[in-house]
Amino acid sequence: MPDSQDERQSHVVAALSAVLPREAILFGREDTAPYECDALTAYRTSPMVVVLPQTEEQVASILRICHKLGVPVVARGAGTGLSGGAMPHGSGVTLSLAKFNRILKIDTAACTAVVQCGVRNLAISEAAAPYGLYYAPDPSSQIACSIGGNIAENSGGVHCLKYGLTLHNVMKVRGFMANGDAVEFGSEALDVPGLDLLSIVIGSEGMLAVTTEVTVRLIPKPQLARCIMASFNDIETAGAAVANVIANGIIPAGLEMMDKAMTAAVEAFVHADYDLEAAAILLCESDGTVHEVEEEIARMEAVLTAAGAARIEVSRDEAQRLKFWSGRKNAFPASGGISPDYMCMDSTIPRRQLAPMLRSIQQMEEKYRLRCVNVFHAGDGNLHPLILFDAADADELHRCELFGADILETSVKLGGTVTGEHGVGVEKLNSMCVQFSAQEREQFFAVKRAFDPAGLLNPGKVIPTLQRCAEYGKMHVHKGMLKFPELPRF
Amino acid sequence: METQDPALARLVDRVEQALRSGSPLDIRGGSTKLFYGEKAVGAALEMRDLSGISSYEPSELVVTVRAGTLLSELEAALAERGQCLPFEPPRFAPGGTVGGMVAAGLSGPSRASVGSVRDHILGLTLLNGRAELLSFGGQVAKNVAGYDVSRLMAGALGVLGVICEVSIKVLPVSVATATLSFECDQAAALQRLNAWASQPLPINAISWSGGRLDVRLAGAAAAVGAACDKLGGDRMAPAAAQAWWLSVRDHSHEFFVFDDAALGSGETLWRLSVPATTPPLSLQGRQFIEWNGAQRWCRTTAGAEHLRSAAKACGGHAALYRGADRSAGAFSPLSATLLGIHRGLKQAFDPQHIFNPGRLYAGL
Repeated sequence: MPDSQDERQSHVVAALSAVLPREAILFGREDTAPYECDALTAYRTSPMVVVLPQTEEQVASILRICHKLGVPVVARGAGTGLSGGAMPHGSGVTLSLAKFNRILKIDTAACTAVVQCGVRNLAISEAAAPYGLYYAPDPSSQIACSIGGNIAENSGGVHCLKYGLTLHNVMKVRGFMANGDAVEFGSEALDVPGLDLLSIVIGSEGMLAVTTEVTVRLIPKPQLARCIMASFNDIETAGAAVANVIANGIIPAGLEMMDKAMTAAVEAFVHADYDLEAAAILLCESDGTVHEVEEEIARMEAVLTAAGAARIEVSRDEAQRLKFWSGRKNAFPASGGISPDYMCMDSTIPRRQLAPMLRSIQQMEEKYRLRCVNVFHAGDGNLHPLILFDAADADELHRCELFGADILETSVKLGGTVTGEHGVGVEKLNSMCVQFSAQEREQFFAVKRAFDPAGLLNPGKVIPTLQRCAEYGKMHVHKGMLKFPELPRF
Repeated sequence: METQDPALARLVDRVEQALRSGSPLDIRGGSTKLFYGEKAVGAALEMRDLSGISSYEPSELVVTVRAGTLLSELEAALAERGQCLPFEPPRFAPGGTVGGMVAAGLSGPSRASVGSVRDHILGLTLLNGRAELLSFGGQVAKNVAGYDVSRLMAGALGVLGVICEVSIKVLPVSVATATLSFECDQAAALQRLNAWASQPLPINAISWSGGRLDVRLAGAAAAVGAACDKLGGDRMAPAAAQAWWLSVRDHSHEFFVFDDAALGSGETLWRLSVPATTPPLSLQGRQFIEWNGAQRWCRTTAGAEHLRSAAKACGGHAALYRGADRSAGAFSPLSATLLGIHRGLKQAFDPQHIFNPGRLYAGL
């Protein structure tokens, strides 16, 4: 390969031109600009080349060429990811799979759908709806995000407490290895001989293989869903109520919490008659047959009442249920309405730590002099604190980053993890140094080498290098907000 | 991770010794599944000392257990709090351990409706082939930090390392259950199951054998009651139903029992994992069906090729369970690409090949 970037670019474009039509290769700055970032817009890089293949043969050829030339490849779906997993490599090829957008088969007897990787999450459920079936994982971006991206991130959603993550709802992934070899992980049967490679490919953020086709499991649509909205006068009681629901053997279809500040923000946005006096609001949903829902709602109401709910309302009909949810679903845009910018965190903690975690976040608001509003997937302990800041103010941005890192580290200390569903990407590389030891990180690198010995698929994401972690450790002390970082601060 | 725990420290020592001497280890829990997979070689690495429930929070739906803990002990502790391992891991004999359950990756009758062992693993601590103690995943259900290494250990038969401790998602025991029986041949049974699959019915397990289809319903009382009315059939008495599903789960049913006489007569037991909608397979011997049609057992005197080709033809695979002649290998062969990844992963976790060498496939 030539030394200069321009020559390298020409060289790669020439090689790719042999297998792709002219219009499927982008390399001018203005043409590649839309690919500079995913939904984490703070991190941007201009890709050397963007390719838009239309067939699996083209994908295989692109990978073979890049493998031969030693060029990194970053696969990209809808670009809705929140952690920079699809951020381009400056000397690499961004492999856009947007044209793989066909639903190939809905099998109503097997309850499966075979779709190309670029099909939108919601489009699968729409296509299955006439048969009374749907695809359960529902990340909030489901209207736009693609199933290939869901595979990369092991996406969750509001309903995964009851219905599982992407991993639990995908049977087979078809795709290509870094060297262009075709491969299939999983099966239309319920298991495969040998190691369960599907489970490590799902959630691998495009670093182990490129996905082109997915077989998902469909499930019968519940006949009915009803939702309880419960208010609590303090956060501890709300946190304990969440634990009590589960401890009583109830697995709600959704169990979500909003704090007072978040409730105020969304009420102004959607006017859903939320209880603005409540310290926390819980949304607790039941779905199933009419009889099942009736039975479960009664049990949920009893538990929530016993747990000290100040006010309980059960949705009368579908319109009211959707109204209850409207605020929760609009938490992010509502936050955009009350602040120039916000940073969304995504850690998970054990459910019993919800109240202590909220208290810690309140203290951090004072420490970093920034506001934070909170929505939680309370049922599975997945937090989405939204730190409000103004990116135009460099100091606010800096404090916001420290605030975010503090939330992640506190989550790890409480027995949780730095990312529940948004992925590590580039955003949480530093936090990975906190959660994993050097040996564990090296084991991740070894796994990567088993699939991609040359290290060409989405390099630099997910696993921080030893050097990066060493630098982060130092920076951590130097950039601490307090003059005496060794002193305990409640 | 620190190794202050004496049982854990002894394991690390043993692995370090094995690495120095280059001698393989045969990881042993309760030795209840030695018939499964390829022949074990190496010095026994006993896991039973590494025992005990490390933490159990019923409201978190998660239990963290050390690998040598008896499965029976874990299940008893869960039952006390009205919870269970929903995937019903088979207990082929008393004495099986939690580590063995994960390493074998086998699930019972409810697998098609609730998921597998793998689906319920949240995290684990692994002793790898460099004698390093590593933790992956955690104790929370939603966790995408790093590759999902812990789930890769389910069904790996110990070839990637020693599972030391594992966190498992548990669920409440169903409020109501009922078992319905229908007289029908295999084709009619499969047809019914395929039709029911797309309806919101609380079907939790099925079995078909000897001209009878049994269907276990589980869930809210109202849902189970409504499904009983809708499906019809003969309702099995609760005690008989419990005994029936135990015999299917633990292979104490006569179909699965292999004594010396059966082995001597050249009979074998095969497990065929196929798409649930596969029509009746014409196999020599007797069949027993589970998992809505996705798991088909065959007790036969036919050769391996007969079973392997039948499974492959419909997109599945066949594993040899019981049988004297194991020359055809326990598991269906892998494609060249997948075998390459398997070799790479062995290299990544156990570069000196000291853990259960050859137990899953030759060369791994």
